[in-house]
Amino acid sequence: MSARATVEAAVKLGLTADEYAHIREIQGGEPTYVELAIYSLMWSEHCSYKHSRPILGRFPTSGPRVLQGPGENAGIIDVGDGWAVAMKVESHNHPSAVEPFQGAATGVGGIVRDIFTMGARPIISLDSLRFGELDEPRQRFLFDGVVGGIGFYGNCLGVPTVGGEVYFEPSYAGNCLVNAMSAGLLRADKIVRAKAAGIGNKVVLIGSRTGRDGIGGASVLASQEFDETLEEKRPSVQVGDPFTEKKLIEACLEMLGGDLVVSMQDLGAAGLTSSSSEMASKGHVGLDIHADRVPLREADMEPWEIMISESQERMLAIVSPARMSDVGEVCARWDLDCTEIGEVTDSKMLRIFWHGKRVGNIPARRLADEAPVIRTPSFKPDYISDKPVAINTYERPDDLGAVLVELLAAPNIASKRWAYEQYDYIVQANTVQIPGSDAAVLRIKGTSRGIAFTIDCNGRHCHLDPYRGAKAAVAEAARNLSCAGALPVAVTDCLNFGNPEKGDMYWTFEQAVEGMAEACEALDTPVVSGNVSFYNESFGNPIYPTPVVGMLGVYDDVSIHTDQRFKDDGDVILLLGPDSVALDGSEYQKTMFGQVEGRVPDVDLALEKEVERVVRDGIARRLVKSAHDCADGGLAVALAECCISSGATGGAAFADPDGVGPGRARFRGADVEIKTTLRDDVALFGEGPSRIVLSVAPTHLPAFRQLAGELPLAVLGRVTGAVLRCTIEENVLIDLPVGELSEAYESLPDRLD
Amino acid sequence: MVRFGVVVFPGSNCDADARHALSTFGDADVRFLWHKDTSVGDVQAIVLPGGFSYGDYLRCGAIARFSPIMQAVTEFAEAGGLVLGICNGFQILTEAGLLPGALLRNTGLKFVCRYVNLKVENAATPFTGACREGDLLRIVVKHNEGNYTVDPATYEKMQANGQIVLRYVDAQGERAAGANPNGALDDIAGVCNERGNVFGMMPHPENSVEAELAGGADGGKIFRSMIDALRPAVPA
Repeated sequence: MSARATVEAAVKLGLTADEYAHIREIQGGEPTYVELAIYSLMWSEHCSYKHSRPILGRFPTSGPRVLQGPGENAGIIDVGDGWAVAMKVESHNHPSAVEPFQGAATGVGGIVRDIFTMGARPIISLDSLRFGELDEPRQRFLFDGVVGGIGFYGNCLGVPTVGGEVYFEPSYAGNCLVNAMSAGLLRADKIVRAKAAGIGNKVVLIGSRTGRDGIGGASVLASQEFDETLEEKRPSVQVGDPFTEKKLIEACLEMLGGDLVVSMQDLGAAGLTSSSSEMASKGHVGLDIHADRVPLREADMEPWEIMISESQERMLAIVSPARMSDVGEVCARWDLDCTEIGEVTDSKMLRIFWHGKRVGNIPARRLADEAPVIRTPSFKPDYISDKPVAINTYERPDDLGAVLVELLAAPNIASKRWAYEQYDYIVQANTVQIPGSDAAVLRIKGTSRGIAFTIDCNGRHCHLDPYRGAKAAVAEAARNLSCAGALPVAVTDCLNFGNPEKGDMYWTFEQAVEGMAEACEALDTPVVSGNVSFYNESFGNPIYPTPVVGMLGVYDDVSIHTDQRFKDDGDVILLLGPDSVALDGSEYQKTMFGQVEGRVPDVDLALEKEVERVVRDGIARRLVKSAHDCADGGLAVALAECCISSGATGGAAFADPDGVGPGRARFRGADVEIKTTLRDDVALFGEGPSRIVLSVAPTHLPAFRQLAGELPLAVLGRVTGAVLRCTIEENVLIDLPVGELSEAYESLPDRLD
Repeated sequence: MVRFGVVVFPGSNCDADARHALSTFGDADVRFLWHKDTSVGDVQAIVLPGGFSYGDYLRCGAIARFSPIMQAVTEFAEAGGLVLGICNGFQILTEAGLLPGALLRNTGLKFVCRYVNLKVENAATPFTGACREGDLLRIVVKHNEGNYTVDPATYEKMQANGQIVLRYVDAQGERAAGANPNGALDDIAGVCNERGNVFGMMPHPENSVEAELAGGADGGKIFRSMIDALRPAVPA
């Protein structure tokens, strides 16, 4: 073989000297270079979760609807009538920071493969994105490239991108976050698991040829901090081919539907290495892989390169000899390469051959099970404060109407239409609610049922208090689904953090997991799948701790769903939930005062659950005509959004097509009076959990009051005219035409020129 | 029953939507036609669906036009059969020479997925018979290359011949700068051939046949028109 597998070679591949010693012990001496390369990837942070595994056990992962929890390619939830939803979110942060278009595109490709590998037809994608501030040209380049890449891949696949979120904060300038989520629909009794079985069955590689793209993506990119060598890492980014993936989806679902294959696994991070070793270890069998049979793009590739290449759009299938010709026939029809590269053995070893000669021989279970586990001694970072800010140190701006306009135009709040109009959000004919409201809603064809999705996290809050912020992320996701009328049932998470070898960073990770776990337990939303992305640091500067929460909600009858739009003049506007809000960590604090400090409010999970139950019941009984979570920018921004989106026309879920002007229905305004003991600007723009703005017809007010029972419920005012007017103690603080608010809200493209 | 064939190219992704849309009409029978097929069988109408045939890595539709099925589609069209091309299907029809003109990159240089208002400029075609002239249809466009263009001489003939079937307009039915999503010549959204039996449109009527979905139901009129045009007259 080419190189010696010495301790120096191991360190170069990202292993430690201790890990190398452990490998020698398992292998009974010096490993071959192929073996060393395999260990280095499987034991990388990205593949082994070595720093996160000891903490992730804290999550609740089971429940009556859970058909598959963590540990497979995706989690699976029973959604009724024999239907199930497979879902997962995954990061593609590091590749996207190096090459945004391809990084994001292949992120979509990878997560969609995880879904159809389980036998599910992918039906939706969502994306959670984070960049630095848009006044930096590089951040505009990244944002433009990432959105373009997501659209390029998802649009070609014909999987609608229906939801997502985008935030801009300085902490993400060196490490953008690209978290891609996908979900698919399948019959609950047709789940496919990535487990090799059947001694003598064939190992078949389907799809694209293998090249040198993405060699070491998992270890080089995803398991290290960035520094000045960023540009040199570009060859570690893979290149996406959505056309081949589209054919793979159709061919694989056809093979799985016809029971032509025993099991299937996609080739993601660490390529053939991880897919083959995972299939072997899960199935308690061995696999022989003949690396020389793998179809190549470059003829001179060495066996270790073939084993770790991350070339995209490849699947590994276990096929019984009797079904080989059927599988070959399906692949030929879809013009896909299909190559027998090995077989299932009873050796329990992952054996790699090169022209008949054995070049690797690894005990599959030990490779999987004995990956190192590291729990970094943690400590609370100095910057974290136990004290809320003193309001009187913040001078109240004179014109709160101007503040509202500025907040609506702030990139974190402004409409993301510029992004989502680059995504096909309607293909597959299931979309009930398009982007622009609290949740994405789909119907399930042939039933009255529906499903809703959202993806959420407020990184600023998690920065100030990772426990409270992460808890709030779960609560907000559930609230968003409830505002659409859907019952939240399960979570997939993407935990984005800095370097886990640093104790203060590790503390934020532990705290965030604890906060999420408590919220998931209280809200009955088990975590069924997820992903951890560490080393999001550049030149030693970490990102905000960003535990992104993707959540699934269900409807027995999707026709009850609602959105945030104020509908009819005279409707009564209500605030359901507490009136306690804070300046700490708010968009108001950041945008108007340039500060991110203090202590964010804690979520009262019992109250949260009741607030959500009441809004769902109100929607199900068709009392509630609109509902909107009060989040970034506080009550005033939530009210403004309900008014602005009212200008959409043409049906339940239509967004306005043309900006201001053509296609607009008349905007609905609102006249509200807020009773508060807080300073008026904080009451308008402060942020706090468990708050929902909703509207009901006047005749339904008594019934809704009864439903709300003892919960805090304030009558704010009426839907009326085309002006948003907010009054506190007889002072008219905001009095602006909705058209003007809409112009500010739609101004994001102005920042991108 | 009216028999429809929906062509499936590798990379088509609105083929299932087209079939589903037609299946919501009780009087349409739908089957898929595979791109490697050399015959369209006994179908009465053909839909070339949206998507990214062969990945569209080359000019959109430039490879699909060489598919074996396209020879059969061309013969079917020449014999007077109804052919509807939606989005990528429209691009393929222009590449195949079954429709005049070409579809260029959007002037905004980005993929655009957006609701548009369409004005029916000619209701006397088999694709718009269920509409009245001047009707507004609200349907989603989603494409990278929808910027229709054609040489002036041909355009003049097309206008005289009523071949400009759909135009982008504002909600009041007026031509307006903001109403055209892709920069198409004179706001053209859909055109037919001289004989009137081949029709291409950029917006997606197949995502607009069910009022309870986000896409609304206006697109249903296109399919309704085709079915009505082909249904045998009910005997007196």
